[in-house]
Amino acid sequence: MGLLSLAIWTPIVFGVLLLAVGRDEHSRAVRWIALIGAVIGLLVTLPLYDGFKLGTAAMQFVEKSTWIERFNVHYHLGVDGLSFWFVPLTAFITVIVVIASWESITERVNQYMGAFLILSGLMIGVFCALDGLLFYVFFEATLIPMYLIIGIWGGPNKIYAAFKFFLYTLLGSLLMLVALIFLYNQSGGSFDIAAWHQLPLSATAQTLLFFAFFAAFAVKVPMWPVHTWLPDVHVEAPTGGSAVLAAIMLKLGAYGFLRFSMPIAPDAAREWAWLMIALSLVAVVYVGLVAMVQKDMKKLVAYSSVAHMGFVTLGFFIFNDLGVSGGLVQMIAHGFVSGAMFLSIGVLYDRVHSREIAAYGGVVNTMPNFTAFALLFAMANCGLPGTAGFVGEWMVILGAVKANFWVGGAAATALIFGAAYTLWMFKRVYLGPVANDHVKELADINSREFLVMSLLAIAVLAMGLYPRPFTDVMDTSVAELLKHVALSKLN
Amino acid sequence: MIDNISWLAVYPEIVLLVMACVIMLVDLGVHSPRRTGTYVLTMLTLAVVAVLQGMYASSGNTFYGFGNMVVSDAMGNWLKCFATVAMMVTLVYGRPYAADRGMLRGGEMFTLSMLALLGMSIMISGNNFLVIYLGLELLTLSSYTLVALRRDNATATEAAMKYFVLGAMASGFLLYGLSMLYGATGSLDIGQVFKAVNSGQIRHQVLVFGLVFVVAGLAFKLGVVPFHMWIPDVYQGAPTAVTLMIGGAPKLAAFAITIRLLVDGLLPLAIDWQQMLAVLAIGSLLVGNLAAIAQTNLKRMLAYSTISQMGFVLLGLLSGVIHGNVDAAAVENAYSSAMFYVVSYVLTTLAAFGVILLLAREGFESEEIADLAGLNQRSPLYAGVMAVCLFSMAGIPPLVGFYAKLSVLQALVASGQGLYIGLAVFAVVMSLIGAFYYLRVVKVMYFDAPLTASSVSAPVDVRVVLTLNGALVLVLGLLPGGLMALCADAIVRALST
Repeated sequence: MGLLSLAIWTPIVFGVLLLAVGRDEHSRAVRWIALIGAVIGLLVTLPLYDGFKLGTAAMQFVEKSTWIERFNVHYHLGVDGLSFWFVPLTAFITVIVVIASWESITERVNQYMGAFLILSGLMIGVFCALDGLLFYVFFEATLIPMYLIIGIWGGPNKIYAAFKFFLYTLLGSLLMLVALIFLYNQSGGSFDIAAWHQLPLSATAQTLLFFAFFAAFAVKVPMWPVHTWLPDVHVEAPTGGSAVLAAIMLKLGAYGFLRFSMPIAPDAAREWAWLMIALSLVAVVYVGLVAMVQKDMKKLVAYSSVAHMGFVTLGFFIFNDLGVSGGLVQMIAHGFVSGAMFLSIGVLYDRVHSREIAAYGGVVNTMPNFTAFALLFAMANCGLPGTAGFVGEWMVILGAVKANFWVGGAAATALIFGAAYTLWMFKRVYLGPVANDHVKELADINSREFLVMSLLAIAVLAMGLYPRPFTDVMDTSVAELLKHVALSKLN
Repeated sequence: MIDNISWLAVYPEIVLLVMACVIMLVDLGVHSPRRTGTYVLTMLTLAVVAVLQGMYASSGNTFYGFGNMVVSDAMGNWLKCFATVAMMVTLVYGRPYAADRGMLRGGEMFTLSMLALLGMSIMISGNNFLVIYLGLELLTLSSYTLVALRRDNATATEAAMKYFVLGAMASGFLLYGLSMLYGATGSLDIGQVFKAVNSGQIRHQVLVFGLVFVVAGLAFKLGVVPFHMWIPDVYQGAPTAVTLMIGGAPKLAAFAITIRLLVDGLLPLAIDWQQMLAVLAIGSLLVGNLAAIAQTNLKRMLAYSTISQMGFVLLGLLSGVIHGNVDAAAVENAYSSAMFYVVSYVLTTLAAFGVILLLAREGFESEEIADLAGLNQRSPLYAGVMAVCLFSMAGIPPLVGFYAKLSVLQALVASGQGLYIGLAVFAVVMSLIGAFYYLRVVKVMYFDAPLTASSVSAPVDVRVVLTLNGALVLVLGLLPGGLMALCADAIVRALST
């Protein structure tokens, strides 16, 4: 069994174990088993970094065996510079979520933890799959645990949110399924993604494929105007669900653009880049403005996620190495930062049971330690230099200016809006005098929460101060991808 | 003089027939309220029959008996084997339910279900219009009686009446169509009919005239729009155990006769019947999925879902022949996808109804969707089984239903025809709508609060079989290759002769 298989199946096995034998009577043991599973899941991804060879765009840690002979489907795994970092990132966020949900979930703990562990394995599978059908199976299977997480442990309007999440994303992915089957037939019976990259396709076929993939990935990212599910879902999902959704699940869509849309339909990608750039800019500017007027903290962070993901897609479709690498760095950074933002809201929600900004004020007076962390994450969210949020946005803006000054200029305004909505929220929630009795009675974070916050804070700072390990891994693969996309595949 | 090979071809059926009679007599001496003796003997018989059929199937030989009246081939034997296993599972799930409702005062349920199974076996083996028709009648007559078995219940009796009237009409359609074909070709033997039709000597109008009635008859039996009216009423009205007997194994037999009649016999008319199937499929997907949304009764919802699932099977069947050119690879691809679909459908349906039967108690039918409320809190295991089935029917990976939909869509797209690719997109949109009502049941089970806190208990045989059944839906989803290869191989062998 290869390292990638271990990374995928360790959490899934632990998750299934919890579902099978866990009971609410011994929820303490359940939590510990979940934590052990998540930590082992993280540990098995560490040797990957050690063994990852820089300077090559080839797939590494490849595993290949026949899965469904009849359709020539392979259990084919591997990572390159584009996908590498998402494997440890997913495992890391899972550990964080398990610890963060330690006390806030009291009912059906085994199902909650089991769902997260299984979800973690499935998402790692998406990033590692090199076979189109395997990718689709992992991609779709993530819907089931997420649907249950939102629906069982979510807020008052959870059922609406769960359905919206499931059906919205299913519509996109079903169109992708038709695209995959089309590619299978075009390539003479192969689901191998690498073979699809080399497959010559007519302009019409490329355009259709591009939009079929667009339907799946744009909904997942989510890009404006198909982003409307995200705020609703984030508001209702439990804290852990929001964190995983923002930190990892959105990246599945962005990753899909790099792995499928751009290399398989490069001509269409270049032809329609203007549309992608336009939609990304709308997300960055308009959704940034929308975020400013939100009254609900989770909704605000959700809109800010849409805006940040707009940077990612913008970076991808300006087709230069700064842009694409910047987009990738932004994906990872947003994973840490948005996860941290949602978990901070979770800390407050656990105590006051409200997400309204107006229900708070002056939290710094009663929770000084927590406020320090929250300030760091807020700064990272607006892209302050020295935090993770800065690196990716800076690279994307540089790349965009190189491609077109006005696009870069428009993107740069996001830094202002980002600072505006984040800092304004920070001011209203944390600063000023104590607003009400709830806030007065707040207790500062305990050692468990402190652990969660500091792990995330270390990640955010480390990535901001020394992003080289991230960019080094990506460089060669990004250059190779751009070289591939520049060539026409028309036949 | 009947040669040995003829006996060999129908050996499992003979065992089934003899044992059905023996069990009927033995049952007179059984007095336990749950008919344990009869039950055990029936299960043993069915197990032996299933093993026999499995052995025939895995040997892969094709041979004909009784002057080409019956055929024993891999496709037929696998379908018979699956049907037998499905009947066993049905009886396991259904016995406690039937006992609670006074349906086991006599042992008729066991005998009748064995006779129904015999009818299915004969249909599947039939290589002759009359044999197929006789098998079909044996199956349907047993089914009518089974539906009416709860004779003190008004809904069940009404359902039986409806089923009988509509079923008899369908049989009439089929028989009329077959007689037209007989008149035109001069033979009842499917091989001879094929030769006659393929010769091109026979007037096309006459053949198509007969074909229309045959397709209508088959559509009745498969339960596709516009011949679907009986399905919701009978599914809802029949005692749930019998609903499963009608909705499970017989679909395998209906699929087999569709292949025998339309493909083995009338493949040269594929251009004509494919058009008819296309219309039926579109109607079924549309009506099945849309009507299912409006249902509050779970059995009725599953009935409409069946209609839409059968629409998918038809999509598989109609994508085999392109522009009238019979290409072996395309034909195999299409029909094996349809077979895979039917088999996985039956597997999933068994488990879903198994859960409904399990939740039903004396005086409580548990057939409303709301009755499942909070099932996850009462029993995570059975809620899990049901959820796996529902996600599978919705076609979400990694469950077997996804691969069924995938292979049918693949067959459609592989045809390369714009119309068929359009059909694939249509089917995809319809499965999105379908996902909604399956998800709604999952929602009721997982998100709603339970109406009663009582936990769910089940006899050990039901518990074991239901768990295995649910697990199989998942395992075949993770490793679908084996069953796919089996279906492909069976179809190749069935069509090569």
